Amino acid sequence: MGRGRETPKSQQQQVSYTVEQLVAVNPYNPDILPDLENYVNEQVSLQTYSLDANLCLLRLYQFEPDRMSTQIVARILVKALMAMPAPDFSLCLFLIPERVQMEEQFKTLIVLSHYLETGRFRQFWDEAAKSRHIVEAVPGFEQAIQAFAIHVLTLTYQKVPRTVLAEAINIEGLSLDKFLEHHVANSGWILEKGHGKGQLIILPRNEFNHPELKKNAADSIPLEHVTRIFP
Amino acid sequence: MAGNYEYEDGPTTEGGAVNDNGNGTGYDPNFVPDSVKSFVAHLYRHIREKNVYEIHQMYESSFQTLSERLFKDTPWPSVEAVSHYVDNDHVFCLLYREMWFRHLYARLSPTLRQRIDSWDNYCSLFQVVLHGVVNMQLPNQWLWDMVDEFVYQFQSFCQYRAKMKSKSELEISLLKQFDQANYAWNVYGVLNFLQALVEKSAIIQILEQEKEGLEQFTATDGYDYSGGSNVLKVLGYFSIVGLLRVHCLLGDYQTGLKCLLPIDITQQGVYTSVIGSHITTIYHYGFANLMMRRYVDAIREFNKMLLYIYKTKQYHQKSPQYEQILKKNEQMYALLAISLSLCPQVKLVEETVNSQLREKYGEKMIRMQRYDDEAFAIYDELFSYACPKFITPSASSFDEPLVNYNQDAYRLQLKLFLYEVKQQQLLSGVRTFMKVYSTISLSKLANYMEVDEPTLRTILMTYKHKTHSVDFEGKVTSNADVDFYIDDDMIHVSESKPVKQYGDYFLRQIVKLEGVINDMDRVKLE
Repeated sequence: MGRGRETPKSQQQQVSYTVEQLVAVNPYNPDILPDLENYVNEQVSLQTYSLDANLCLLRLYQFEPDRMSTQIVARILVKALMAMPAPDFSLCLFLIPERVQMEEQFKTLIVLSHYLETGRFRQFWDEAAKSRHIVEAVPGFEQAIQAFAIHVLTLTYQKVPRTVLAEAINIEGLSLDKFLEHHVANSGWILEKGHGKGQLIILPRNEFNHPELKKNAADSIPLEHVTRIFP
Repeated sequence: MAGNYEYEDGPTTEGGAVNDNGNGTGYDPNFVPDSVKSFVAHLYRHIREKNVYEIHQMYESSFQTLSERLFKDTPWPSVEAVSHYVDNDHVFCLLYREMWFRHLYARLSPTLRQRIDSWDNYCSLFQVVLHGVVNMQLPNQWLWDMVDEFVYQFQSFCQYRAKMKSKSELEISLLKQFDQANYAWNVYGVLNFLQALVEKSAIIQILEQEKEGLEQFTATDGYDYSGGSNVLKVLGYFSIVGLLRVHCLLGDYQTGLKCLLPIDITQQGVYTSVIGSHITTIYHYGFANLMMRRYVDAIREFNKMLLYIYKTKQYHQKSPQYEQILKKNEQMYALLAISLSLCPQVKLVEETVNSQLREKYGEKMIRMQRYDDEAFAIYDELFSYACPKFITPSASSFDEPLVNYNQDAYRLQLKLFLYEVKQQQLLSGVRTFMKVYSTISLSKLANYMEVDEPTLRTILMTYKHKTHSVDFEGKVTSNADVDFYIDDDMIHVSESKPVKQYGDYFLRQIVKLEGVINDMDRVKLE
């Protein structure tokens, strides 16, 4: 990823810094603002993500509010939403002035975040359907939210009813069957017949839905501490 | 610092001069009492002779005593007046001016002109240090105070700049003048100086190499025993904490914590060699974690710090930092109360700290966990009391009508924090029932909580989501005090057995016993 400026032939020999390097080495520099904006667009089209670079840009917008592009900010927020369960969305909001957050598109995004944060997947998908223009602009959005939904379900359930899963990931009927087949084959899901109420999906075991798997780290001692008592 | 007298000098005042602050004491910047002549001469000599102990004594005690006795509410003599007692040494004058401004900010109210002059002084001082030509050894206390004061004056300037309503015509025109590139106390300058100190000192590499035994830094408390200078290294080190602090003031908690990573706060280090630095580090670390919903990390560190202060504050009673220590202590109790109300992991809190906490906030914590309107008011109150003084880093807006916007940043952080609290409203209900039942059907629990089943499912998922935090690398950690899993339509509550920490206990006893044996050996030889 180049600097986003025209580099004359003689300078093309030089190492061009990636945006990640710029953020690591010279983050408090208003000149990198265009690079960071381009990088947001790149993250959207290539389905990559960098919280550090986006926070850096939001900070620069804070320092120079006249240069803020609300379109870019909206894209950053959608990407942050896709990063759930990480708290990235709130981290970004902390850096966005209140009056900007009052604009329609941001209010919608905040509502969407609220639904996800409180497990209200049905309301989330309903609202997302009404705001296609915001969410369809970012490829991979649906899959990312579905992955988050599955993450929360896996923390919560050993066995989850089909209807609950369907509502959480917004897939029904034949598509859902295909989806389940895929996860049975690749993610260790098991399908079971529920007691007359429909299918049950057995989710993979982990320490959060199977407390007996919880490693009791409380009494483990780092090796360095033990070596200290030896002469 | 509370004074309302912010007089403005015209732009024609010569650099460094101070006008009479209108308090009628007839301050004469050129009058140098004998005790001050002696003070600067001795301090200058000790610095040249690298006598760190003496420097520290003079810096901590003599400076305070003289300030108390002679300069209670006036500035110290101007640097021009004292410089010929110290060979007009350029670097000493920069150091003296730094102390001069610090004293001014503490006792009086700086004018805009003085704020700008102080910025210029920091620029000169840091540039000298960054050029690597400084050959002094200064006490860590002093070096910490420099970084701490630098960030404090930045914060103070942002607050000052944002209070447009009370500004005079003259002040506004002066501000406009400085709103170009490289204006005083601009956020880029502040951050870049801190960053430059970190980089130029190579402190991050030093700390890493120290872990492999290739460097000595912490072991010598940062001091250089091979004839060199500790100034750049230690300023670089403390700038790490400075960066954490500035990022918290901006509301960027993630980056703040990332900046702090090179310092291992589970161990002693140079940051614990100065109480002010220790407290500032832990206070901001804890606050950032609280805002990032990493409640367990926040609680752990607040607990350790509060215990430490409890045990050691008596030794700081005479120090000029004592009031600040007490203030931060109270603020951390408030933050601990908030953290424990959102994440009731009382096991993490040591007895002494817990009893202090109950005394100060026991009543309020009970009310906070009710999550009604009164509860939110208490969350608001404690947060507002304990939070950092957030800033708006952008340049002044001169649009008419002039408004005060110094509270904007704080209001945003408060609003988002309360929003988070509200999202966790229904979780304490879940906890109450989890403590009573080992298994319970969804329909029964929905009944007790007076919600329908689908709503209950969302509440339970919210509980799981909010109590399981995700770190930088995507690793999930449970902060939950009570936990459960659902099997179709049955909730199974997990037993959590409190574990006795045998390992730590044995290690400590072994070390103690060895100590006793060594002492006994020594006795026989005598």
